[in-house]
Amino acid sequence: MLPELDEQTIRERIAGRIALEFSEGDVVNLGIGIPTLVSDYIPQGINIIFQAENGAIGVGPPPAVPDLKCIGAGGRIISLLPGGSFFASDTSFGLIRGGHVDATVLGALEVDEEGNLANWMVPGKSVPGMGGAMDLVVGAKRVYVATTHVTKKGGAKILRKCKLPLTAVGVVDMIVTEFAVFEMRDGRLTLTEIAPEVTPEMIRENTPADYATAEPLGAYKGIEVKNDG
Amino acid sequence: MKKSIVKQVVSAAEAVKHVKKGDTVMIGGFNYGGIPYTLVDALLEQGTDELTIIANDTAYADVGHGKLVTQGRCKKVVASHVGLNKKTGEFYHAGKLELELFPQGTFVEKIRAAGFGLGGFLTPTGVGTVVEDGKQVLEVGGKKYILELPMKADVALVRAYKADRSGNLIYRGTSRNFNPVMATAAEIVIAEVDSVVDIGELDPDAIVTQGILVDLLVVKGGSYYASRT
Repeated sequence: MLPELDEQTIRERIAGRIALEFSEGDVVNLGIGIPTLVSDYIPQGINIIFQAENGAIGVGPPPAVPDLKCIGAGGRIISLLPGGSFFASDTSFGLIRGGHVDATVLGALEVDEEGNLANWMVPGKSVPGMGGAMDLVVGAKRVYVATTHVTKKGGAKILRKCKLPLTAVGVVDMIVTEFAVFEMRDGRLTLTEIAPEVTPEMIRENTPADYATAEPLGAYKGIEVKNDG
Repeated sequence: MKKSIVKQVVSAAEAVKHVKKGDTVMIGGFNYGGIPYTLVDALLEQGTDELTIIANDTAYADVGHGKLVTQGRCKKVVASHVGLNKKTGEFYHAGKLELELFPQGTFVEKIRAAGFGLGGFLTPTGVGTVVEDGKQVLEVGGKKYILELPMKADVALVRAYKADRSGNLIYRGTSRNFNPVMATAAEIVIAEVDSVVDIGELDPDAIVTQGILVDLLVVKGGSYYASRT
């Protein structure tokens, strides 16, 4: 069994860890849910250009005076930083598919050892649709999956092979859960970091995927880091 | 519609008379932004049904064109994401509604292809997923692409910020989204705007949608979202 962490800790930890991955000037698109929080944890001194697929680049925090004509893809009211711009959806997806976005962060229902991702439907139960996810994971240079390690019922999410309909094939570069970080290294899923509450054995028991373990296995980065600015 | 250089500014009720039972209707918007709320409400009021709506999403159950779904006016929805409106999934699973989903970048490009005279396009998005079912997959330069075909409509209901009397449109913020593209791909294009100005008052360099594409103008109404978005 994995230890229980409260929802807030899980969200902050995953978002905080992914925020450490970006470099000055990276163009990043954040999905809905935990990925949206990533922008709150970018280390001071690093400037990221956030893109919103509904038609904005240079997205900043909510403004003092809300304007419902300026929203993020998840509906959150946004501001535009100096140098940013608005555009229509064809341009937005041209930027995305054309390889002009450095990284995308999004959630997963399932992800597997081959870097396949499933996050848009459960047959017979739920068809929210893929939205921009399929284009984002195919077009962005790096794909980060932000997900809890297991489902609410304790079911595995990091599998040998996804069972749900795929979002894309072989696109995932990094998986960040509240307990572990996996990277795709030379085509092999590799456990690179684990959180202080867990052991490599506990991760193994809750991760059906066949993965390698980095030598040495690192400590989960950024657990204490929080950017208040 | 019969063309005229100076476009008529009509009531929403008058404008939506051009939408007939069984028509395919494009509706602009992303989440709650950039939806032609006043036109959609008038269409709802008119009672037209058996509609196929082409819209990025189906808004929310009681917001915008989400109400066309909720109140049973649609036989089919073509979209990229319908998760925000629970009724869409519910009706689909109950067999009361046809649903066709495309990745968002593919969705907008299909409309753009129709509006810009292309016979289709090749996209890497969706390769290896159910999106390629029933479609041609072509290999170009060693990479696989799905052949996606154009998509047009009988009527497009779009939302812009300002129009001039010749139908030129400018947009504001993320309300632009799918609207300019949809304005190229329908037999009849009706634009809902904040205000209509005289010909010559809009900066030609700022005009996004050319007046020749627009048939009728409607000034936004006073509903909560129509007046704020």
